[in-house]
Amino acid sequence: MDLKSFIDSPCEWLKATGPDHDIVMSSRVRLARNLEGYPFSQKLSKDERKTLIEEVKLSAQSSTKLKNAFFVETQNLNEMDRRFFVERHLMSVEHANNKDNVGLCFTKTESVSVMVIEEDHLRIQVIQSGFDLMKCWKLIDQVDNQLEKKLSFAFDNTLGYLTACPTNVGTGLRASCMLHLPCLVMTKQINKVLQALSKLNLAVRGLYGEGTEASGNFFQISNQSTLGQSEIDIIDGFEKVIRQIIDNEREARKTLSEKKQQKFFDQIWRALGVLKSARIMTSKEATGLLSMLRLGMDIEVIKGLNRKNLNELLIFAQPAHLQKRKGKTLNPDERDIERATLIRETLSKVQIV
Amino acid sequence: MKCSVCSTEDATIHLTEIVNSKMMELHLCEQCAYEKGTDIKQYFNFSDLLAGIADKDTVESSLSTEVSKCSQCNSTFEDFSKSGRLGCPHCYVSFKTSLNSLVKRIHRSTKHIGKRPKKVPGELKPQIELRKLQEQLRILVEKEAFEEAVKVRDLIKKLEVPKKKVKKKNGS
Ligand SMILES: [Zn+2]
Ligand SMILES: [Zn+2]
Repeated sequence: MDLKSFIDSPCEWLKATGPDHDIVMSSRVRLARNLEGYPFSQKLSKDERKTLIEEVKLSAQSSTKLKNAFFVETQNLNEMDRRFFVERHLMSVEHANNKDNVGLCFTKTESVSVMVIEEDHLRIQVIQSGFDLMKCWKLIDQVDNQLEKKLSFAFDNTLGYLTACPTNVGTGLRASCMLHLPCLVMTKQINKVLQALSKLNLAVRGLYGEGTEASGNFFQISNQSTLGQSEIDIIDGFEKVIRQIIDNEREARKTLSEKKQQKFFDQIWRALGVLKSARIMTSKEATGLLSMLRLGMDIEVIKGLNRKNLNELLIFAQPAHLQKRKGKTLNPDERDIERATLIRETLSKVQIV
Repeated sequence: MKCSVCSTEDATIHLTEIVNSKMMELHLCEQCAYEKGTDIKQYFNFSDLLAGIADKDTVESSLSTEVSKCSQCNSTFEDFSKSGRLGCPHCYVSFKTSLNSLVKRIHRSTKHIGKRPKKVPGELKPQIELRKLQEQLRILVEKEAFEEAVKVRDLIKKLEVPKKKVKKKNGS
C-alpha cells in the first residue's frame, strides 16, 4: 500500500489537545479479544489465519466505527513499512516482526486501530491526545460492541475474556498514559514515584539514554491487573494515580522556576541552541533536547513554536519516518544528518532571544 | 555499559520495569531494543512469575491430577511455562487448577467483574457449574470435610455475587 499519504497526515493523538496535554502526551486503552473456535495466535494454521483475518475484516467493514478504516496485511508490507507503523504506535514490535501474515486495521485519524493476530487475535486500541481515558473507554467499548455483532469472543463466566496470556485475562483491558515528567527527573523525585507505582501494581516503562538524564523524561505507565474489577473501576483507579503524578510534576516545575530559575532556564535555552544549529543528531540526543524544548513551551520560556509540531517531531525524527520522507533507505549516519535537518527546518521560526 | 542481550554494543536504552514491586532494569543497544520490542515485560517477567509461585508444590501436585495435554490443542502446561502463552481458550479448562493459582497471584482475584459479551455462547454454564458445586458441597458436609466445604462454599458465593451486579448495570 502507498504510505506516502501518511507521512504528513497528522495523527490525531499528537495534536496536543485534551486535558493536561502538556504533561500527558497521550492516553491509550486497549482490549484483548480472541475468537471462539480457533486456537490462540501462536497455534493458528495457515488456513486458520486466513479465515480469521477475513472474519475480522468483514466484521470491521460492517461496523460503523471501522467501515471506512484501512485494512492492511503484513504480507504486503516491507520491513520499513512495518517499522513505520510501530513508530506510529499502531503496531507492536512483536506484531510487526511476525514472520507469518498478520493484519492491521486503523482509522484515518489513527485514533482507533485493531491489530489482528497479535499475542491475542484482536488487540483493539484507542489513543487520544491528552489525559482522557474515559473518552478512550467509551469509544473502545462501542467498537468492541460493534465487532462482537459478527464475531464470537472466547469468554468464560468466571474468568471473563480468555486471553493467550493469563496476565490479560478478565477485562483484557490495559489503560496507559504517556507522561512527560522532566522536572520530577531533574529534582530526582522520579524514583520515589516509580516505587510508589510498583506498590500499586502499575507498570512503568521509562525510555531514556544513559548519562544524559534529560534525554528521556517520557514515561509510559499502565495498569497490570485486568481481573477482579470492572473496566470503569480499573480506569477510575488508574486515573487517580496519574492525576497525582501530574500534580507532583506541576509542583516540581513551580519549585524549579521559582528557586533555581537561572540554571533551569539555561538548560532550556541550551537545548534550543543545539537543536537549531546541530548538523548531526542521534535519536537519543534529539529526544532529550526536544523534551527540554517541550518543557520550555509549557512554562512559557520559549515562544513561537507550534506544540503539535513539537509532538510530531518526536515521531517524525524516528528512523522509518526519516527514510519514508527521504524516499530511500538511509544508514544510521545518514539518518542522524536527516534528523538534524528536519529539526532545524521545523524550528526555523523559533527565535533565540 | 554493554547491552545486556548481545553484550557487544553499548547500551543506550535503559528500561525500568516494575513487576510485582520489584524494580528491574534492562540495558539494551538500539538494535536489540527494537528486536526485543517495547513490550519487554513479557520477555523477562513471565518465568519469574512462574518461578515465584510460593506454593509451587500445589502447582506440581495439581498437575498430576490434571490432564497432561489440552484436549483441544494438545498443548501441555510445560509448553505454557516455557512460552508464557496458552494454546487455546480451552486450556483454561484443561489446566484449571494450576492456572487459577497463577491468575490469583497475578491479579489478586479469580473472578471477572465487568463487561460481558451480549451473546454468551454457553448461557447456561454458570447455572450448571453452580449446580455441580452445590452437589459437591452437600457431599463434603456429609463427610464432615469442613475445610474443603468452606472452599466450595466460597466458590459458590463468588459465582452468585457478580450476577447481581451485572443485572444492576444493565438496568441503569
Ligand atoms: Zn545489543
Ligand atoms: Zn488448549
